[in-house]
Amino acid sequence: MTKVVLPELGEGIEKATVSYWYFKEGEKVNEKDDLVELTTDKATFNLPSPCSGTLTEILFHEGDTVNVGEVLAIIEG
Amino acid sequence: MEFRVFDLGLVDFQKAWQFQRKLFTDLKTGSSISTLILCQHPPVITLGRLADKKNILASKQELKNKGIQIYEIERGGDVTYHGPGQFMAYPVFNLNHFKKDINWFLRQLEEVVIHFLSDFGIRAARCNGLTGVWVNRQKIASIGIAIKNWITFHGLSINIKKDDLNNFKLLRSCGMDIEMTALETVLGRNIEIESLKRSLIQKFKEIFLIQEVFDDQSCLTRIRRGN
Repeated sequence: MTKVVLPELGEGIEKATVSYWYFKEGEKVNEKDDLVELTTDKATFNLPSPCSGTLTEILFHEGDTVNVGEVLAIIEG
Repeated sequence: MEFRVFDLGLVDFQKAWQFQRKLFTDLKTGSSISTLILCQHPPVITLGRLADKKNILASKQELKNKGIQIYEIERGGDVTYHGPGQFMAYPVFNLNHFKKDINWFLRQLEEVVIHFLSDFGIRAARCNGLTGVWVNRQKIASIGIAIKNWITFHGLSINIKKDDLNNFKLLRSCGMDIEMTALETVLGRNIEIESLKRSLIQKFKEIFLIQEVFDDQSCLTRIRRGN
């Protein structure tokens, strides 16, 4: 099981808004696939999948705000 | 570190957008280096990822009559206008080779504009809590970017020609009631965008500590041909 964590995006950036999931729960993902797009004030940021497997759980949905260090999703594989 | 520059001149937004994505792919696969695209666009409105369509104040018919197209794109920020009186700069830069920090990159772009304007004796500044560059509390440059694999695309626009400012009345730029200004308005004289290009490139070199390389311009030829 791999936890997908929101990484450090830059100095002073503590949170971001989930703007787009490229996959749905239950779908297979490959390492480095675009997994989720997050938006800060004037930037969008694509987080790639850290591993290959099945996206079993999405914990923050489109429109939700997530803090740096929080778990966005679970991938099992 | 090296980078190259493509000057596309007046080019449709969509073509420049496609070209950025091609450069992004090339940079990701290692077949390109960081690249700065300079261009101008025919009138267009773009909506950033979390934009509210209500911030477009003009009707569809009004926009159609003016020949203004709308694009929903993957950059950050709300709604904005681009036209031929603006100087566009799209840095497709690999931040893995600079600094993996979104705020750092945004502040660097602002710094480029502030230094660029200072050559005209203009004291431009940031506005606390907002992204962009202001002169006397009026906005002169807008910034909106996207980052994938720490590679950037989209970028900044600097208002140059005063006549082009009227089209900002068609929308609430950035979703706020912002008064825009242009370089010509501040200086009180005409400015040709062509004359500004080397100066802006120089500021990118100084602020990002990069060196320009000159290489095959075949990509530029292709995009001008519309392929």
